Amino acid sequence: MSVAEDQTSRSAERAPAGKVTRDNVLSLRGLTKAYERGKPVISDISLDFPARGVVAIIGPSGTGKSTLIRCINRLVEPTSGQVLLGGTDLTKLRGAGLRAARREIGMVFQEYNLVERLSVIENLLCGRLGYVPLWRVWMRRYPDEDIAHAFALLERVGLADFATRRADALSGGQRQRVGIARAVMQSPRLLLADEPTSSLDPRTSVEIMELMRDMAAERDIPVIINIHDVALARRFASRIVGMSGGSVVYDGPPEGLNDDHLTQIYGRSETGGWIG
Amino acid sequence: MSVTTNSPPSGPNWQRFTPAQRLARYAVYLVAVMALVWSVRNVSIIPEFLYDAHNQMADLLTRMWPPDLSYYPTTVHGALIETLHIATLGTILSIVMAVPIGLMAARNIVPFRVVNEFAKLILVASRSVNSLVWALLFVAIFGPGALAGTIAIAFRSIGFVGKLFAEAVEEASPGPVEALTAAGASWPALLLKGYWPQVQPAFWSIALFRWDINVRESAVLGLVGAGGIGLVLDTAMNFFQWTRVATILLAIFTVVVLAEILVTQIRKRLI
Repeated sequence: MSVAEDQTSRSAERAPAGKVTRDNVLSLRGLTKAYERGKPVISDISLDFPARGVVAIIGPSGTGKSTLIRCINRLVEPTSGQVLLGGTDLTKLRGAGLRAARREIGMVFQEYNLVERLSVIENLLCGRLGYVPLWRVWMRRYPDEDIAHAFALLERVGLADFATRRADALSGGQRQRVGIARAVMQSPRLLLADEPTSSLDPRTSVEIMELMRDMAAERDIPVIINIHDVALARRFASRIVGMSGGSVVYDGPPEGLNDDHLTQIYGRSETGGWIG
Repeated sequence: MSVTTNSPPSGPNWQRFTPAQRLARYAVYLVAVMALVWSVRNVSIIPEFLYDAHNQMADLLTRMWPPDLSYYPTTVHGALIETLHIATLGTILSIVMAVPIGLMAARNIVPFRVVNEFAKLILVASRSVNSLVWALLFVAIFGPGALAGTIAIAFRSIGFVGKLFAEAVEEASPGPVEALTAAGASWPALLLKGYWPQVQPAFWSIALFRWDINVRESAVLGLVGAGGIGLVLDTAMNFFQWTRVATILLAIFTVVVLAEILVTQIRKRLI
């Protein structure tokens, strides 16, 4: 992505809230989730996500990052508010309509969430479950173009030799590569990632973040990443959303994020100062 | 987090149970002993029968020896095969019925408590009736023969297979299912690719284990007229043909051991 493009996408982000522009793939309006009545985990979140680039949502655990990202594809049912994906309010959808919307949103998980006893290639093909008719799934007769796509993606994530290996035979980093490939198999309009590196060592974390950013950029898929690691967020995101106590307390470029913001998001660090 | 040092000067003092827990444990022991004493008094053992039990047993064994092996090819073999058919068909039939009921009982599949409890009621009802009692019932309905035995085996097995299957489904990790939901998978697709791969080893293990039990159970169903080798055994005993009884018992014993070996071998390969 060129600098000029980056600038335009940044200016699109600054469009006044409340106006859903064509450039935004996703808009949240007054999104609230309360698991218990009167105790919202996230309250009144309004955000716009541009059609390209990586947005990192940072914040301490328990601040509702995970709830927020799960409200987008309704793995968690929002209490109120709107989730607008290309102008469609996902909170109004049910049944087949909801499934059709979900398949346009890829998701990467902290614990990879692969089907352990299936082969790597079949895990990738699981990304097509929203498209492929049930009898084909049952008979394992996936369409040829899906199989070709799966092998191409496996090659891209560097696991071409592991296609027939069972998912539980892979290391953490390899599993997350499969997780990313499975999400991209959906040919999504948007990629969500919930703490994709929290179960990985620092070096693998960087590799996974690079892979996710590059694969999304190659395919023009915008990415929203929940991540508590500020250094990784700064390094890979073009925009950072800081959350604290269920609300957005910072929204802007990584360079604008200073120690005061971080203190506001994470509270006072005992060692003082922040690395990153 | 700051490090706290709070070990008392007298050294650590640790006991596995609190005094109240210890008292409760002694109470449980006491109740167990009382229950044992009570039940021994209740079965009213007649000493006269007990004193010559060993003589009776020796007598029976001498009458059984040598087993009448010529009886095997003419009658026992066919009945044995029928017993295996009853066990196998009954198990298959029970699985067909138990899987949907088990799914209904699993709270992560059907999130309605009423449905869960209803399914569990069916499973308990099936288990609470012994297969011999089920057989009596179905002999009355279908008349004597292997059909009644097969259905009896199937109905008795629903509870066992359904309960264990439901537990296996409930233990399935929700992570993969969540991922497939996020990919837009429909409910049957979730069952097929999210749950089934996780439940599969348990499922085959349960099915084989139940078949193994059913081979043993179907051997006695003939006593109430529900077909199989039990019928032949009943006849031989009624006519005091003890050498034939010995042959039949040997045949049952051999088949049960073979079934056990077979099941163990297959299960080893499954996991």
